[in-house]
Amino acid sequence: MFRKFTLRVPRLILALALILGGAICVFFLWNVQLIIAGKNLTSIGILLAGLVFYTGIILIISMFQSETVLSIALLLPSMVAVAIFVYGFIGWSIRVSFTEWKGLNPDYTWAGLKQYYLLFQNNPRFVIDVRNTAMFTVGFILGCLIIGLGLAILLDQKLKGEALFRGIFLFPMSISFIASGVVWGWLMNPSTGNRITGINLIFQTLGLKSLISLWHSTPMPWGMAFTVIPAVWQLSGFTMALYMGGMRSISDDLREAARVDGASEFQIYRFIIFPMLQPVTLSAVIILGHMSLKIFDLIVALGNKAIGLDVPGIYMWTTTFDGTNYAQGAAIGVLMLVSVAILVVPYLIQNMRTETQL
Amino acid sequence: MTRRILTHTLLYIILIALAAFYLLPIYLMLLTSFKTISQVDLKTMWSLPISGLHIENFIAGYKQLAPNINNSLMMVIPEAILSSLLGSLNGYLLAKWKFRGSNLVFSLILFGMFIPYQSILIPLVKFMQSIKLYGDIPGLILVHIIYGIPITTLIFRNYYAGIETELLDAGKIDGAGLMGLYRYIMFPLSAPSFAVVIIWQFTQAWNEFLFAVILTNQSHWPVTVALNNLAGSQLVQWNVLMAATLLAALPTLLVYLFLGRYFLRGLMAGALKG
Repeated sequence: MFRKFTLRVPRLILALALILGGAICVFFLWNVQLIIAGKNLTSIGILLAGLVFYTGIILIISMFQSETVLSIALLLPSMVAVAIFVYGFIGWSIRVSFTEWKGLNPDYTWAGLKQYYLLFQNNPRFVIDVRNTAMFTVGFILGCLIIGLGLAILLDQKLKGEALFRGIFLFPMSISFIASGVVWGWLMNPSTGNRITGINLIFQTLGLKSLISLWHSTPMPWGMAFTVIPAVWQLSGFTMALYMGGMRSISDDLREAARVDGASEFQIYRFIIFPMLQPVTLSAVIILGHMSLKIFDLIVALGNKAIGLDVPGIYMWTTTFDGTNYAQGAAIGVLMLVSVAILVVPYLIQNMRTETQL
Repeated sequence: MTRRILTHTLLYIILIALAAFYLLPIYLMLLTSFKTISQVDLKTMWSLPISGLHIENFIAGYKQLAPNINNSLMMVIPEAILSSLLGSLNGYLLAKWKFRGSNLVFSLILFGMFIPYQSILIPLVKFMQSIKLYGDIPGLILVHIIYGIPITTLIFRNYYAGIETELLDAGKIDGAGLMGLYRYIMFPLSAPSFAVVIIWQFTQAWNEFLFAVILTNQSHWPVTVALNNLAGSQLVQWNVLMAATLLAALPTLLVYLFLGRYFLRGLMAGALKG
């Protein structure tokens, strides 16, 4: 691998200085606390000093003229960070989920599959969570796909003001789920009779009394279905953008050729455009699906932890940090991960295979 | 011809109705935040602010959220800059200096983008406590940078993959090495994707809730946590709450309004490839 080595004296001196300086700083910070403006930044300091040290190493590696080694060396910090914070922590969570850990002090007494057993056997809250997630996922994905595709087709008609409409449909994506939950919580106010307000008030004024609804306060299980409305409001524009991107890649010549052959506009969509949009639908389903399996902030802001709107993300949060049942919380987290992995991993593998062929 | 006009009119009616639905929450926010509390009565919720525009709600809302808006800014700005630099380096290496297994490394990194953070939350909290970065903004910055590696790497990698390798070959003939090619050829070409990534990371970190609520204590809460708390308390009046929500959403809304082009590109890049 190291076929050539070119000694560059100035670079070597700089490298040694960085290595030495970094090492001294790490050693120093290991023993003394670094406190800046009342914040304990010792760990950040050690991290930075470590990076200085590593920069020196990189400079030495760079003299060996092996680009592969240098490339790996430069990637290494990110790879280590992801290895620890993603894979290491997942492993640690799995480990916690096999224990009895309850309360603030770690307790790694082996409990086998007990925590999972407790979730699947006679746990009404977990049943509600699974049902809610399933309902939300189906409603959310279908809603986004249908409305997103509809909007994309509408904007595909070469009307004036297309950019303006596109902007309007997309902007909810830039708002946080929390802010959107707060506003929609008010729009979907369930009060009736004298206290009627929000969208219900509009319905009443328009004489559409049959549409007046309790929204997300509807008794279980159907309340959850209404949380789909703000979620679709936020992400149907995104789905539309995906479809528009797909439609733009279909050449006009193809449509023109079909028109010459006597195809109607409807037939062009049905037989040419829709089939060509299938890959877009697949990636939309993956992206929207993984979002809905881990939906959390929107429901927190809308439901204020009401049990009828409970989802695994909230269950994990309250179990772990309010109830200090760490082992149980870890098990919920791991199950959420499994559900997302089933959806995403085949897609990533597929993506990797096609990349390698190129 | 008349049929064409008819369909176009119909299409516009549908589009305008849909646009009204999408704008409804923003309209309500604006409407309510300019009213006095006596006008925010249930019955008059949708009527216009008849006694003039009241900006005192925004002042009251700002008073409530000012420290948190400050916290969010302190977190988001360094986070967006650092993670875009890191993502640019990673993206360059994974797009142009492939080694055996680099696609596997990329896929393994990419998986980090999809995980539900509940599955790493307990170790994360314990780890941040042990390195004494729990409860404050620097720790939150670090966490956002690390969990931002997948998406920033993805966006830059896709961008760099589209740049002709011949350009690099020309540089190689002139004697530039891996870092020299990055510095003199790739980095100067990266401005558009830096814009995309910085905007993306800014929006994501500004809107993020889970890490913020778990990893910071009350005096260091970012704006999303404070807003959720404000909404949950029964004492806040709707007009002030709406003004506060608008303030909390304003930075990302402004970014969207003025830099929407780049925001959209970030969205599309986040969607992997079709």
